[in-house]
Amino acid sequence: MPTKIFMEALSPTMEEGRLVTWHKSEGDAVKSGDVLAEVETDKAVMELVARGDGVLLKRLVAEGTTAPVGSLVGVIGAAGEDISALLGGAVAASAGVSPGASPSSPAPTPHAAPTTPPAATTPAAPAPATPVAAPAGTGSAKSSPLARRLARDSGLDLGAVAGSGPGGRIIKRDIEAAVASGGAAMAASSAVSRPPSTVADFVDQPLTQIRKTIAKRLAESIGPIPTFYLTAEFDLTRVAELRAAAAGEGDEYKVSFNDIILKATATALGRHPEVNAHWLGDKIRFFNRVHLGMAVATDDGLIVPVIFDADQKGIGEIARESRELAKRARDRKLKPEEYTGSTFSVSNLGMMQIEQFTAIINPPECGILAIGALEDKAVVVDGELAVRKRLRVTMSCDHRVVDGAIGARFLQDLRRLIENPLMLVF
Amino acid sequence: MPIITYREALNQALREEMSRDDRVFLMGEEVGEYNGAYKVSKGLLEEFGENRVVDSPIAELGFSGVGVGAAMVGLRPVIEFMTWNFALLAIDQVVNSAAKMLYMSGGQFNVPIVFRGPNGAALQLGAQHSQAFESWLSHIPGLKVVSPGTPYDAKGLLKSAIRDDNPVVFLEGEMLYNTKGEVPDHEYLIPLGKAELKREGGDCSIIASGKMVLIAMQVADQLAKEDIHVDVVDLLTLRPMDVEAIRASVRKTNRAVVLEEGWEVCGIGAQVVDYIQRDCFDDLDAPVIRVHQEDVPMPYAKGLEKLAKPDVAKSIAAVKKVMYRS
Repeated sequence: MPTKIFMEALSPTMEEGRLVTWHKSEGDAVKSGDVLAEVETDKAVMELVARGDGVLLKRLVAEGTTAPVGSLVGVIGAAGEDISALLGGAVAASAGVSPGASPSSPAPTPHAAPTTPPAATTPAAPAPATPVAAPAGTGSAKSSPLARRLARDSGLDLGAVAGSGPGGRIIKRDIEAAVASGGAAMAASSAVSRPPSTVADFVDQPLTQIRKTIAKRLAESIGPIPTFYLTAEFDLTRVAELRAAAAGEGDEYKVSFNDIILKATATALGRHPEVNAHWLGDKIRFFNRVHLGMAVATDDGLIVPVIFDADQKGIGEIARESRELAKRARDRKLKPEEYTGSTFSVSNLGMMQIEQFTAIINPPECGILAIGALEDKAVVVDGELAVRKRLRVTMSCDHRVVDGAIGARFLQDLRRLIENPLMLVF
Repeated sequence: MPIITYREALNQALREEMSRDDRVFLMGEEVGEYNGAYKVSKGLLEEFGENRVVDSPIAELGFSGVGVGAAMVGLRPVIEFMTWNFALLAIDQVVNSAAKMLYMSGGQFNVPIVFRGPNGAALQLGAQHSQAFESWLSHIPGLKVVSPGTPYDAKGLLKSAIRDDNPVVFLEGEMLYNTKGEVPDHEYLIPLGKAELKREGGDCSIIASGKMVLIAMQVADQLAKEDIHVDVVDLLTLRPMDVEAIRASVRKTNRAVVLEEGWEVCGIGAQVVDYIQRDCFDDLDAPVIRVHQEDVPMPYAKGLEKLAKPDVAKSIAAVKKVMYRS
């Protein structure tokens, strides 16, 4: 009598498991209690053990494949035993088994440059005029299979694309146009000549079981984006010195505190792609380029123009660009490609004497930095009371992507850059 | 390279294979003294004698059956049907004897036979003599079905068909016999079961066979003037069909138009579309469109006959439709 091996619920919340490695080959003798395989649950990698003696007759699930709890993954029996009847049923039993996106550990998929980040819409931003609006209220717009695949590959939300095919069907050219308009943003706004790079613009990483569980559980706990907040107080005394020294060289070297903070943030993001990322539902996109959104208050409401490749630009260039973008935002002169495509955002209410606040994440981004007011404060430096220029920043983090320690490490690096601003020239 | 007609290419293939292998013989109505109803067998009686080039009575079922029997005992008959319309009378020998013998004899008797003749419509031959039967014949496991559209393909494929150890249905065309093309002097074979990418475009795949390939090439020329560049996939063999060639093209172009001479319902194009939807679903940007004969018996009236046939204009409209250009 053969013994069926099932995908067992190895954690209380486990719904499916990814078979990481088989420890026994077909034909190997097994005893009850032997480790048959390692299974990645939503929490950890666990051992799947034999519940009977005999020979491992059949492995039904390939390594790297995900199987639902309760599905048949193998059979133990006597050598040569006929298990065909049992396997016939296995097909039905394992219906719905979704093979893992990749064998063994989820390998990041680099995308070839040049690619464009998906358009992130801001609440204040009207959608660009498009050929035929998809019928509203129908739930999902019609689209060709190819269009759906292309949208998936480029991280586009089909709902944000208008179809030009019959009956508003979204077809290939609509996706290409949507991607191209994002691409135009880069071409237009990116004044820096970036050397041709063999490194992809971003890396897509399939979700691991633990990442899936974190995403699901925490989203249940707090809204669609499970946000947490990290606050740090930076010392800007040296930034003030730098700023004063630069301004002494002439008006063209005058920059604001905010410009230096933007530059430091961009530089830190370049070193921390793990927070320079988009949550795309079934994967996380880590960007190798830094497109920094800067929240600007206008009479119409908030809008977030983008400084593209901000980590590659000097403080002076960032100063000029941010002034120009802010002015055009207030004049309502921004083009759509100027306020889409950011990979991380910064919001500053310091000029309004807000000491500290929390900003709302601009999805699909995974973090936003809220900058408070710069204040002279009495602090203890080297055991002595001293008056220093202090700044409070609060980073909102999407916990589906950014864990506490990851966000904290980013802020640590940001602190080093801001408290020693000469580092920004390295 | 010499330029010869489709008719001459077939004649060369028959002559070369009959010279190469004395088991090969030709039988059919008027193939000998009259040199063939369409002169495909011109000069063969003179060259090979009446044992190798056999004029049959007007009895398709009978001479097809003689052919199957001869093949079972070791000869390699080429059975000519004056047209495939007349082969309806012989269909029992084609479908029940030739196609089934290897299977039902448990592998004891293979049937190395070629059934050949013109398929599809010519000009004003009436409803009974203007039919395209490729889907009927391709339906049958045990038959291979070949449908060349050019002299080069006709010669290379007929030689391969004659050398094949199992029954091959070889579909020619009355409107093709006079068409000309380059055919090399030296011997060559074209393998059965392989399609050919006759034109490389990239905007849309046109999949065709037989005389529809000529239409596809005209379509490609005309569309190129409008900066639409199409792939033309010539299936050459309808069964077994070269699905990989279809897939490769459609995955590149994301859209397809399938041309066929026969009627729409259960036509060979429906099989092509099935392969595409099965294997290329996520590559499609538009539904596949088929261009085929209108769903009526072929009219005799010249104007109506023209309207009933698949043609260049209908094919161009189909390509523009799948490209959302119409």
